[in-house]
Amino acid sequence: MSILIQQIVNGLMLGGLYVMVAVAFTLIVGMLNFLNFTIPALFMVAAVTTWATMAGGFGADVDGVLVALLGADNRWIAGALFAIIVVTLASLVIERFTYRYTKTKYGDSTEHALPLVSSLGFLIAFEHLVISIWGSDVMTVASPFGNASFYIGSIQFSVPQTISLILSLIIVFLLSFLLQKTKLGRALRAIAERPDTALLMGIDVGKIVPIVYIIAGLLSATAGILFTLNYTTVDAYVGDRVASIAIAGMVLGGLGNVWGAIFGGLLIGMLEVLSIYFLGASAVKISIWGLLLLLLIIRPTGLFGHTSIGKGKF
Amino acid sequence: MSGELEGLLVILSINTIYAYGVFLAASSGQLNLGAAGFVTLGAYASGYLTNGFDGLGLSIVLGIPIAVLFVGTIAFLISFPILRTRGVYMVLATFAFAEVVAGVVINAEFLGGAAGMPVEVFIPFYVVIISAVAVAVLCFYFMSTRFGLAMRSVHDDESVAILFGVNARMVRVWAFTLGGALLAFGGALYGHHYSYVETQNFNMLLSIYILLYVLLGGTQTALGPFIGALFFTFVPELLKAFGSAVGQRWIEDGRLVAFGLIIVLMMVFRPEGIVTRTMLTKMFTRKSRALEAGE
Repeated sequence: MSILIQQIVNGLMLGGLYVMVAVAFTLIVGMLNFLNFTIPALFMVAAVTTWATMAGGFGADVDGVLVALLGADNRWIAGALFAIIVVTLASLVIERFTYRYTKTKYGDSTEHALPLVSSLGFLIAFEHLVISIWGSDVMTVASPFGNASFYIGSIQFSVPQTISLILSLIIVFLLSFLLQKTKLGRALRAIAERPDTALLMGIDVGKIVPIVYIIAGLLSATAGILFTLNYTTVDAYVGDRVASIAIAGMVLGGLGNVWGAIFGGLLIGMLEVLSIYFLGASAVKISIWGLLLLLLIIRPTGLFGHTSIGKGKF
Repeated sequence: MSGELEGLLVILSINTIYAYGVFLAASSGQLNLGAAGFVTLGAYASGYLTNGFDGLGLSIVLGIPIAVLFVGTIAFLISFPILRTRGVYMVLATFAFAEVVAGVVINAEFLGGAAGMPVEVFIPFYVVIISAVAVAVLCFYFMSTRFGLAMRSVHDDESVAILFGVNARMVRVWAFTLGGALLAFGGALYGHHYSYVETQNFNMLLSIYILLYVLLGGTQTALGPFIGALFFTFVPELLKAFGSAVGQRWIEDGRLVAFGLIIVLMMVFRPEGIVTRTMLTKMFTRKSRALEAGE
């Protein structure tokens, strides 16, 4: 029994990371109606940047300065800061090329696929940038926190994992508060509903859309940083793996629904850990994607999805 | 023919067949991000049917058609539930299908599981190239038939197409089914030419790349997917050759970075894809004398 509870706890810890990535996806789908494949890219960039700062991937000179300034065990702080800066700047560039400049002149009906294609272009570019600098092998680093953990009864809680689960939930709750209660949140919801009308109502769409991209980018970056700190192994394709499962979580909850993404992310994390435990690692794909396929067939909008989102557009 | 060029032509041919498979669905307005699933099924089915050891030992003349028919049937059956979904949901449903296929194949011991499956019957490169040409010609013909016109009309405006008496649902189902069968054919050729199939090679990135061939080449005409496949096969190679010609290793290493950025820029400057209907009209119809005089 306690083994089962232990697995559920582990699943929730992993689910916390999926929640952040799923919420990032759901924000962009809800606001701008496209699947943003730069989110796995930004997740991976943040994870690899954190790894590189901790493991001296930027060369001995940079590493020497960091060790002198922060000490060898605290290099992850610099890594996290650096990752956040890089991802914020990248988000602004990505906004330009997946939203602002991609408008068809002739109203072609595949125009809705444009942001999707651009984001896939960015995914290819970022992954190969990392591969051309550090190679495509799996890269590991020693955890700066060691094996710190505490027990409740016989259930083991790893300290960094617990902290990151709490952190991810706090961030998502703050975001939900921002969407529901603030003026910015109201503007965001108005844009999600109908961008043209929002523009007529005096909302500066051109200024607010970059904020959406930065929020989504920072969510995936935070998840990427926490991934490196908790699981200590990264590679160029880590974003693909994590994000594809997070997408499954988002769809489970329903597109464009932040609470749905939280629920779906935690559920899919548990499902992954439990099916590895009971059925073996090779059964994970069948259980996650089979469940998703079944759900899409029975209820094409996900569990809590809004019927109007994600239709007609790619 | 030099070995390197031969290798490139085979890759181009297989990519072209894949591209037409996704194109048939895309030209009736559906994005299929599950191409890898159909490719996997085709490659494994054909391999299993023709293998003498641990297989059924059929002749290849029977093996490939039966495999294609088998995958076509699967595509037909799943197209009904999948086509109930729209937009982003459809992209995700096809993607989920591919992941389920990968999961099932990894767990199927009689197909070799995660280790992959050797394919005994070998197909020489010219058969692959001829097949690709045949597929392309067939698709050109197909798009000029009444059914091709119906597909285009569903792609451009579904409601209007239905008003004009097009059975949009059946058009989508058949476009999806034929696309699935073509992807399986490509997969079967891949398996027989490279003599080895492995699910790890038919992953999410393959689905993404195949979708990109089509969207970048242009979904308006049957020339688009071929140009897209050509672009994706040769541009990285050209960048590599350019890098080694000017002696800059970073161009060679970073060629796919540049390639990704080219895709992004293409969407800004040429969002309809490389080949469009108006472009072909301009290129291949003679201007009337009055028009020339007017210019």
